[in-house]
Amino acid sequence: MEKTRVVILPCSGIGKAYGEIGRQAAYEVMEDLRPGQVQTACLGRVMIRDPETLEQLRDAYVVTVDGCAKDCARKNVEAAGIKVDAAVRTIEVFKEHRELKPAGVLELGEPGMQLAHLLAHQLAGKVDCAEQEEG
Amino acid sequence: MGPAVRIEDKPRAVKVGVVPCNGEAMCEGTITRYACRRVLDQLRAGQTVTLCLPLFVAGDEKEKAFATRFPTITVDGCDKRCAALSTERLSGAPARTIVVSEVLADKGIRVAESPRQMGDQELAAVDVVAEEICRAVDEILREGEGD
Repeated sequence: MEKTRVVILPCSGIGKAYGEIGRQAAYEVMEDLRPGQVQTACLGRVMIRDPETLEQLRDAYVVTVDGCAKDCARKNVEAAGIKVDAAVRTIEVFKEHRELKPAGVLELGEPGMQLAHLLAHQLAGKVDCAEQEEG
Repeated sequence: MGPAVRIEDKPRAVKVGVVPCNGEAMCEGTITRYACRRVLDQLRAGQTVTLCLPLFVAGDEKEKAFATRFPTITVDGCDKRCAALSTERLSGAPARTIVVSEVLADKGIRVAESPRQMGDQELAAVDVVAEEICRAVDEILREGEGD
């Protein structure tokens, strides 16, 4: 089936900074790096099986972004019967850049925003892969 | 013989759970997150605990039982009420439910559409929602004391 759009779904992490880094990275891809090419959706709506959200995901190239190894975004999308095309973990980017320590859970500070920026570029690469697969 | 020991019918709530929807696609979702963190870290630190909502599906048994272990307040960004519905279905009935869009409509506060950045208006909304959560926390703790 042809994938007509790319949807990036960050996790709803609230306990550690990695969830916020994933969200900020997703917003950077949507608004700055690949504007108009990417959408997002609330993970909570996937949990309640919101029909509009499931429709949005059904024919999309779906990228999940998880803050930790619990993989909440990926598991919740799969539990709703939607195929995940690419799954990314924020923690993996952190492991490659341990010098960048986020300041707080939501107030990331400059190092945390740098991590988000690095992750955003990785996600932009996934968007480009999705578009090449379509082409 | 010493004084009689009073045995409580209902265990006293020591900590209250606060679970935001975290709605990633809307500003009100971001407000749920900021308001909950403010309550957890500053306003009712030590009296509140949280859990990432999707752990009701992806977490272990202890995490899935969160709302039965703690009287829980769900905080939703919109009237889809994802946090309230998911908590009820997957963990346990919430003790209180708060919907940010309704709270802000009552106060006549409008917020941006983008979930990305928080301006002065959105931070003012965070204050209002955090106060609402604190009110619910205090009520639950008072109920636990048998008032």
